[in-house]
Amino acid sequence: MSNRISVSFIANDKPVSVEAEPNTLLLDLLRRQLGLTSVKRGCETGECGACTVLLDGAPVPSCLILAPRVEGRQILTLEGLAKEGTPHPIQEAFVEANAIQCGYCTPALILTVKSLLDRVPNPTEREIRKAIEGNLCRCTGYWKVVDAVLLAASKVQALSPK
Amino acid sequence: MGDKAPLIPQFEYHRPASLQDALELLENYNGKAKPLAGGTDLIVQMRDRKAAPGHIVDLAHLKELDYIVADRELVRIGALTRIASIQGSELITRMAPILARATDQFASWQIRNIGTIGGNLCNASPAADTAPPLMVLGARVRTKSASRERDIPLEQFFEGPGQTALDPAELVTEVAFKAPTREAQWSYFKLGRRSGNTLSIVSLAATFDVDGGEMCRARIALGAVAPVPLRPKRTEAMLEGAKLDVETGIRAGELVAAEVAPISDVRASADYRTAMSSLLVRKSIEALMGASKS
Repeated sequence: MSNRISVSFIANDKPVSVEAEPNTLLLDLLRRQLGLTSVKRGCETGECGACTVLLDGAPVPSCLILAPRVEGRQILTLEGLAKEGTPHPIQEAFVEANAIQCGYCTPALILTVKSLLDRVPNPTEREIRKAIEGNLCRCTGYWKVVDAVLLAASKVQALSPK
Repeated sequence: MGDKAPLIPQFEYHRPASLQDALELLENYNGKAKPLAGGTDLIVQMRDRKAAPGHIVDLAHLKELDYIVADRELVRIGALTRIASIQGSELITRMAPILARATDQFASWQIRNIGTIGGNLCNASPAADTAPPLMVLGARVRTKSASRERDIPLEQFFEGPGQTALDPAELVTEVAFKAPTREAQWSYFKLGRRSGNTLSIVSLAATFDVDGGEMCRARIALGAVAPVPLRPKRTEAMLEGAKLDVETGIRAGELVAAEVAPISDVRASADYRTAMSSLLVRKSIEALMGASKS
């Protein structure tokens, strides 16, 4: 049984059109058909957050979304964050604060943080911890991640027009 | 691990543009089609081969079921309203703060962004986080099929773990409740292994009307301690007219232990769940004493 359907959407600011079986998960569509391997396969049940992408700006688990559902929508993965090879300020902050150990959860964490800072430019520590509750990190104990987000907030603010 | 496999079984995919089209599809494939709301439960069940529907009716485009409105004191929430929309709703925060609190503690940001209130209820987990607050709010669900409409009290909607009063060709379209008065007191507790992104071991929602030092009406609902979200009616009846004191809290805690019927699972033993049900009922009464003193 092949009932491939066409799915058109915006991936990292570029329009794409792909054919996929309807039972393809967004996670697999992004990784295999578009080669966006920053999107990590983790628990596959929506609990670990490693597969997080931004859908119209909001963090969602790509392992629970059928590919046809992103028709006409905007997806952002980590690959779309750095502009012309220059790391995004949130990426810089994660490096400078040493908020990365094994790195598996990092792309998803950075995207979640981007969505947080887009809504709340100056988050409190409590708001940060609440925002990243769905991004499991088994290495850092979250302390350095929280430091990185506070640092990222100040970097983003310094760059943004008043 | 590696990048293998289609993870979930194949199916025929339908994307109706209207509620009417969706209901007709469900009617035509009676029993063979599954409606897909947020997917946070169904996709996991399909991955685990606990569900393998031949047809998926994707409800993603039915914007007509995504709303939060109030007609005077009647609050109406469309079934496809995402948990994040309820959590962030000024109307819900003002008119039903207990539901705002429960949705704030619901799973994770990612899940709240796709999970829907209708999906949470129709999945009928005994631990469904929106069920206890909606039950104490006296919520009713509206359902529709191609041939009929129904209005079912939420308490009668749940029939067992994963089982509801819905026919296979029927959809929940709306959840509605009368907003409690501003004077009504409420409590919500969710006990899990950690504070965020967790499944309830026990959850408790309660609303109380208090007059002087006496309880006029108590509504309590507990999650994850019975095959369905539970209203402990004997405990509620005992509380009605009871004096608001420590002794009443202890007695209510003892009584509720006889009304819950929990299971032991990976998250907690039945004994622990029973003990925590007592404790949370007691805590909700004690919180009430603190509130009415001030």
